Amino acid sequence: MKKLLARHETYIFLVIVIFSIVITAINPSFLTLENLFDLLKSYSFMGILAIGVLFVLISGGIDISFMATATVAMYVVAIVLTRFGGNILLCFVIAMSIGIVLGMINASIIYFFSIPSIITTIATMNIYYGLLTVLSGGKWIYGLPAWFREFAELRVFSLTNAEGITYGISIITAIWFAVLVLAWFILRYTMLGRGIYAMGGNLASARRVGFNLLHLHLFVYSFMGMLAGIAGMIIALLVQTVAPNQIVGKELDVIAAVVLGGASLAGGIGTLLGTMLGVALIAILGNGLTLMHVPSFWYNVFIGLVILISVSVTAYRRLKREKRMVTVELE
Amino acid sequence: MADVFLSMKNVNKRYVGVQALSSVDFEIEKGEIHCLVGENGSGKSTLIKIISGAVEPDDGAEIEIDGKPFQHFQAIDSIHKGIEVIYQDLSLFPNLTVAENIALSQVIATGNRIINYKEVQNIAKSAMARVEVDIPLDALVGEIAIADQQLVAICRALTSDVQLLIMDEPTSSLTKKEIDALFGVVKDMQSKGIATLFVSHKLNEVLQIAERVTVLRDGKVVGTFPSSELDDEKLTMLMTGKKVEYSLYRPQASDGQALLEVRRLAKRGNFKAIDFELKPGEILGITGLLGSGRTELALALFGVSPADSGEILLSGRPVKIRSVQDAIRHGIGYVPEDRLVEGLVMPQAVQRNLVLTVLSQMVNQFRLIDRRRIQATVNQWVDELAIKVPSVDSPVQTLSGGNQQRVVLAKWIATNPKVLILDGPTIGIDVAAKHAIHEIIRGLVKQGIAILLISDEVQEVYNNCNRIIVMHKGLFIKEFETTQTSAEAIQDFINSTG
Repeated sequence: MKKLLARHETYIFLVIVIFSIVITAINPSFLTLENLFDLLKSYSFMGILAIGVLFVLISGGIDISFMATATVAMYVVAIVLTRFGGNILLCFVIAMSIGIVLGMINASIIYFFSIPSIITTIATMNIYYGLLTVLSGGKWIYGLPAWFREFAELRVFSLTNAEGITYGISIITAIWFAVLVLAWFILRYTMLGRGIYAMGGNLASARRVGFNLLHLHLFVYSFMGMLAGIAGMIIALLVQTVAPNQIVGKELDVIAAVVLGGASLAGGIGTLLGTMLGVALIAILGNGLTLMHVPSFWYNVFIGLVILISVSVTAYRRLKREKRMVTVELE
Repeated sequence: MADVFLSMKNVNKRYVGVQALSSVDFEIEKGEIHCLVGENGSGKSTLIKIISGAVEPDDGAEIEIDGKPFQHFQAIDSIHKGIEVIYQDLSLFPNLTVAENIALSQVIATGNRIINYKEVQNIAKSAMARVEVDIPLDALVGEIAIADQQLVAICRALTSDVQLLIMDEPTSSLTKKEIDALFGVVKDMQSKGIATLFVSHKLNEVLQIAERVTVLRDGKVVGTFPSSELDDEKLTMLMTGKKVEYSLYRPQASDGQALLEVRRLAKRGNFKAIDFELKPGEILGITGLLGSGRTELALALFGVSPADSGEILLSGRPVKIRSVQDAIRHGIGYVPEDRLVEGLVMPQAVQRNLVLTVLSQMVNQFRLIDRRRIQATVNQWVDELAIKVPSVDSPVQTLSGGNQQRVVLAKWIATNPKVLILDGPTIGIDVAAKHAIHEIIRGLVKQGIAILLISDEVQEVYNNCNRIIVMHKGLFIKEFETTQTSAEAIQDFINSTG
């Protein structure tokens, strides 16, 4: 019990429970399977990106360029699709490959020139976006093939409601969960995962005990890139149109969700459970405010407040813990 | 026992313009506890770097390990021969568990991609068993005591086939009890044939543990001596090359109104029932073991973490000290224990550091910074405290420890304080510089300010104070008049409380 209370995750979970109760009391349609499945589908995008961001934060870095990467990936896929056709597997392979390559570029710059990751990825974000805008002329792409739309409608599991409308867990949600399992396995059971934690905890020591920092950098940023590629595909599947400016400026929302989940911007600290709870909290908040008919302008204010309060609580607890450490045993 | 493990002959190392080591001969026997001492800049760290293979000596050096001569001795040779160095920063991962910290380098060496937690636990357990220490394997290293972190670092070294363990200043942040425990572990390793090389400048500890002591001065070996032939005084002379008089100073406190008076001061979990008076011209010593609450008391008086209850009177008037600003306004100055972290902005210039405390006075009629006034102030203090700097624009981190400490002192003396709290003012600086600092302190009280001198070095407070208070578990447990006792008696008393 004491151990549970010491965990950041417990607190976010409690906040989620409280919010859910309040929202359900005002609008009972919140706590229906239909709504939850819908949330799981529409927040797959953020959930997948958050996993990538978590990896980068644990390693002691940060990536601002992932939305640009996602945009580039989905735009290229859309062009290939509309010009040459293809199949869904090919789409994913192209998107993920683009993400991996762009991530490797980030990693190489950060590692070889030891430029802070925030500077590097702000710069590459501008380059990736800029090149895309110049080359595409800012054109939107419509008219994706019918099979592309049909894939987005697939469900791995279906139910029918009272009005005869079927709903269920989307294939998109399944992709998110598959990524989640992979990430969990890497962090928990591989030397690679422990290396990422070690590198974020103490870079110099990680080198000294024999971790290959180049490999770790390459992995972390290209994994982020690969997930950005998948996320780009998911946006294309959800929206069915592709625009160069569709998801611009949403980087900080994702990073905020991960930090909300307890990951430290200083590196070395963060869990998948926390990150997913952070995404869940933001999802429930957004969905709940809509269901409670709160004007959408308030959404940002609420998100900001929740992040601020949550991070303050964690900081305050750490402060208290540090104070306890200097305690002298009084007689 | 006379088996030589490491033998180095004619080791020279020249950096641009500096002869860091000149014809050094050095030897460590198998299973020996050896200590390397010397003042700052005597070449200790260069020698360690050569032993660990991080730095190559100049041509002509002969290095033999286990009877095998090496031409170009590299880090990899050092590791293969079982030489491990534990640096002061310990190089641990605060966010990983004790078990992972101990076992990680071994697990990496196996080349496995999937981690086997059972194996990690087993490696950690067997390393701990070798030296009979017991730390929870699943605890995060960032959350255990520094002393335990040190043991984790030792256990990590033990996972490889270590023959010689080098420890750089291992005792600097440990309590007496923890030092004894650490020394127990070292003795334990010795019984298993592992040699230990301590690098330290805490002379009394050196003499307690080491069998032989090698003294370095100005890059040359002064000699290697059995520790039974050495005492504090002799060791100091060997290190500095001159006989340093431990001059005693008995400040003349004036009879008048106390400058600082503290009544029933208490802070939960830190200290309680603190009563004392400090008269102009007095140096009051406060000593006690690490963790006795002495630093916490200083922090409360300076407003960093204010006390919960009790009274503080300055020149007879009760004052509230709720913040550092309050303390400074009332004329209290504080030189912290850790000048590297709390006392100085290391990468910035000497002059910037020096005027930080008095910046608000360094302005012209437009309330803008007045460069000429800064220049004048800085020059005055650099002269007065004889701070040796190439230029006042040199970053503080390029100065020696003694000169850094002078900058911190100058910074606070410049505020014209009535009461100055010095917490460990000579930690980590060498003997000669230490005496210079003491001279400065003595000069200050002659001008009528009062000093609270906090130090874990009994000799230091004994030499400079007329009254010494011993703190233990947050309480003042005994007061000594220095004229009526000896430093040894006070030390014995403190040890008896440990």
